[in-house]
Amino acid sequence: MPVPSSVPKRRGKRLVSRRVLPYMLSLPALLVCIGILVPFITAIYYSLQRFRLSQPWAREMNWGQNYVRFMTDSDFWNTLLVSLEYAFLTVGLELVLGLGIALLLQKRTKLNNAVSIMLLMPLMTAPALAALMWKLMTNPGFGILNYFLTLVGIDDFRWGASPSSALFTVVLVDIWVYTPFIMILLLAGLRSLPTQPFEAAALDGVPRTQQFFRITLPMLTPYILTAALFRLLESIQQFDIIYAMTQGGPGDTLMVFQVEAYLNFFQSTNVGRSSALLLILWAITFFISNIFIKNWLRLRERARGEA
Amino acid sequence: MEYQSKLETVLRGIALLLVVVFFMFPIFWIFLMSLQTNETILRVPPSINFEPTLSNYRALITGKLETSAASLEINFLRNLWNSVFLSVASVALALLLGVPAAYAFARHKFKGSEDIAFTLLSFRFAPPLLVLLPLSLYFQKMGLADTYLGLIWVYQLICLPLILWIVRGYFEDISPDIEYAYRVAGHSWFSTFRKIALPLAGPGIAAAGLLAFIFAWNNFIFALVLASADKQPVTVGALAFITASGIQYGQIAAAIVMSIAPTLALALYAQKYLVEGLSLGAVKG
Repeated sequence: MPVPSSVPKRRGKRLVSRRVLPYMLSLPALLVCIGILVPFITAIYYSLQRFRLSQPWAREMNWGQNYVRFMTDSDFWNTLLVSLEYAFLTVGLELVLGLGIALLLQKRTKLNNAVSIMLLMPLMTAPALAALMWKLMTNPGFGILNYFLTLVGIDDFRWGASPSSALFTVVLVDIWVYTPFIMILLLAGLRSLPTQPFEAAALDGVPRTQQFFRITLPMLTPYILTAALFRLLESIQQFDIIYAMTQGGPGDTLMVFQVEAYLNFFQSTNVGRSSALLLILWAITFFISNIFIKNWLRLRERARGEA
Repeated sequence: MEYQSKLETVLRGIALLLVVVFFMFPIFWIFLMSLQTNETILRVPPSINFEPTLSNYRALITGKLETSAASLEINFLRNLWNSVFLSVASVALALLLGVPAAYAFARHKFKGSEDIAFTLLSFRFAPPLLVLLPLSLYFQKMGLADTYLGLIWVYQLICLPLILWIVRGYFEDISPDIEYAYRVAGHSWFSTFRKIALPLAGPGIAAAGLLAFIFAWNNFIFALVLASADKQPVTVGALAFITASGIQYGQIAAAIVMSIAPTLALALYAQKYLVEGLSLGAVKG
């Protein structure tokens, strides 16, 4: 709705406001995002094609073939399995550790606050750089962690270089970086719980373990679920830590979705397969994110209601 | 008051110590490594007895790396500058675009606003490569490949949803009545936004901006796909640096320390904002 320039400014503004203003305010942000939506649609198109950058002449639509081939493709099943293993291992372990640490730091003492601030530091370290730090500490020549292991009698532990311990190594780095995230969320949750149920339970002489399982845990469940789903969404897409640590190796031990898709695209230049892989990953994350958003909105309502 | 036995106090103390050691040791150790020459790093058994030296940092700052084979020029400061520039510019753009949009979403429940907000949020959860790989082909055609402009645009994928969601939550917490009162007094919409809404949401905007800065700084995959050596931030640069410098472990450690120091310093300086941003962003939105 163009406003003639002769109209006095004040009236022009009134015309703009109410209905159009909100759209105008969010338009720039939307435009930027639409610019990002285009490649997404392109990716769907690519995934339905036989498309290798090295063989542009052979490019043609092959419709669902990239997907159909996955059914009998052992590399694909390996990717799916490793991604799921990585995601569930990291999130499971981080939840247990994060909850434990949050319980440990629950009381607002000076020491506890200092420790929880310290724990921000791994979380603020770039995951790719965190992987490099751990790589230096597990170097076979001078790695300090190797030295610690020899002290307890383990001599030849090869960390990321051996197929049997590679998953353990990257999971360890992930735990180092992201446990503090879960800890912060659960600590905020713990500290916002009402105190009355605990006082009542203490008066009745309910043992502390029972208090934990009957009161703390159920009341904390929405927070735990939110944190777990959020981390699951990120963890199944993990790239930085794994790529910086082993580039998906040794062999195909750590070929999670995004690493496999990256190497497909840049090394074997198989754009079609790479796009199809990423769309399957997208379908998985879309499914999880829907559950997450529902859960999160419920938690938000509750936080609002109590505030 | 709850009762704590002596045993429990001791056990808690041990657990706390283990937590601190596990999470702090890597940073502490890499920092120590960065102050050592290769000789002391390679000693067996390792020891913390050494003459600290700043030679690794000096080599990185002057850009001249002495390896056993030859002296080699590496422009690590360039990577550091790229990180600063990309993060600051991306956050500035995201604030410029995101804060008004967040205000619109919070104040005006217009048609489809919830859908649009969720679409924006879902970008945060989609696999980044899904967008990046086709984008890298587009960028080559559009001449945006390997430009700061292209990178800053793509970085909005990280910064914009974060700012939108956190700031929107803060705007929703401000009672609209204050704004109505100011408008009734005859002020325009824009001056109400600038004089009332913005200052009141200030802490939220600061928290969101800070988080967005840290996420942009720590990002790895975007620049790995879209930037070549002279545009790469420290996260990608450090990885390339390891391949190039080979076995100069002290210098690698120094490069890591220089790369993580800015975000760690920010985290310590503004930890209250950060914790609030992280937990509100996730819990309250």
